Amino acid sequence: MQFLNGITLLLVYQLVGEITVRLAGVPIPGPVLGMVMLFMTLWIRGKTPESVEQASSALLSHLSLLFVPAGVGMMAHFDRIAEEWVPITLALLLSTVITLVATALIMQVTTRWLVGPLANGEEAGDE
Amino acid sequence: MNEPGLKDIWVYLSASPLLGLTITLVAYGLAYRLYLRTRSNPLANPVVISVAMLIGLLLLTGTSYNDYFEGGQFVHFLLGPATVALAVPLYQQFSRLRKLWLPVAISLICGVVIAAGSSIGLAWILGGSTEIQMSLAPKSATAPVAMGISEKIGGLPSLTAVLVVITGITGAVLGTKLFEWVRVKDDTAKGIAMGVAAHGIGTARAFQVSSRMGAFSGLAMALSAFATAIIVPWLVDWMRTLF
Repeated sequence: MQFLNGITLLLVYQLVGEITVRLAGVPIPGPVLGMVMLFMTLWIRGKTPESVEQASSALLSHLSLLFVPAGVGMMAHFDRIAEEWVPITLALLLSTVITLVATALIMQVTTRWLVGPLANGEEAGDE
Repeated sequence: MNEPGLKDIWVYLSASPLLGLTITLVAYGLAYRLYLRTRSNPLANPVVISVAMLIGLLLLTGTSYNDYFEGGQFVHFLLGPATVALAVPLYQQFSRLRKLWLPVAISLICGVVIAAGSSIGLAWILGGSTEIQMSLAPKSATAPVAMGISEKIGGLPSLTAVLVVITGITGAVLGTKLFEWVRVKDDTAKGIAMGVAAHGIGTARAFQVSSRMGAFSGLAMALSAFATAIIVPWLVDWMRTLF
């Protein structure tokens, strides 16, 4: 029952998110807004209910599975990809590598400058 | 009474969502087992292996993607509640995030601009059409956001969905090795970079490393969805006035 309650709550937040996004006409996906609203709720309540905790860890522990159907969609675009495979693959690969490295380094350097060594490395008191 | 032939059974199955759903779960189950066998080698990424297996199977049996997706959509649908569920690890990391909000904000904005700018620029240099450049621009954002932006700036939304998945896989496969090479050791910085560059697939990989890296990756993915929706259309306009 706990798990079912948790899933139901996640779906309710998603639904409210979708409706709000459509009514307000904002270019943000409904689930992302739902996430923000659930976060606010947890923050106000000051703790995560057992049911939500269970449902979320069940979903997140197999997050990769959820991308499989979209990935198979590649087969519907074989022609287009074959036509321009050089710019597509090189741009995608290099851009992803550059973004990963640059963002990680920027985060590391700005943390060191703005917060100090305190937040860097493996400090004690990990919740 | 005549026995139903194998062909009739196939006709029934290929028209029902049962088959698409079952083969998705079976393929992922096999891929995940292989992944554990290789001691979680990122090259044996379960998304890559199961997508390859499923495409092979569909091509071999002459099944269309639309028929497959009848079943696949049930798994695809769970992306919504899974995105909402990211609030939980995020809340658990909140005290750490409060101390780090300024570096996170700076890294996030830089990361989003670098992700979109470099993919447009590189595709342009390499001779890609405008349509391809625009389909690539939002590739680091999570699928529903990326598709919306792609449509807005003149890309092909369904191609963008595929590029988003390939980007995520690339990030998940290369991420940890790249961080090692450039000597980024902190899981917070690794998570932020993973979420900005490789959205949900990167986040799934980050959770395998540590819950802190996963939480920050999830946070970065969510925030960069907002940032991408705001920054990328503007960035594209600006780049167009330059060339």
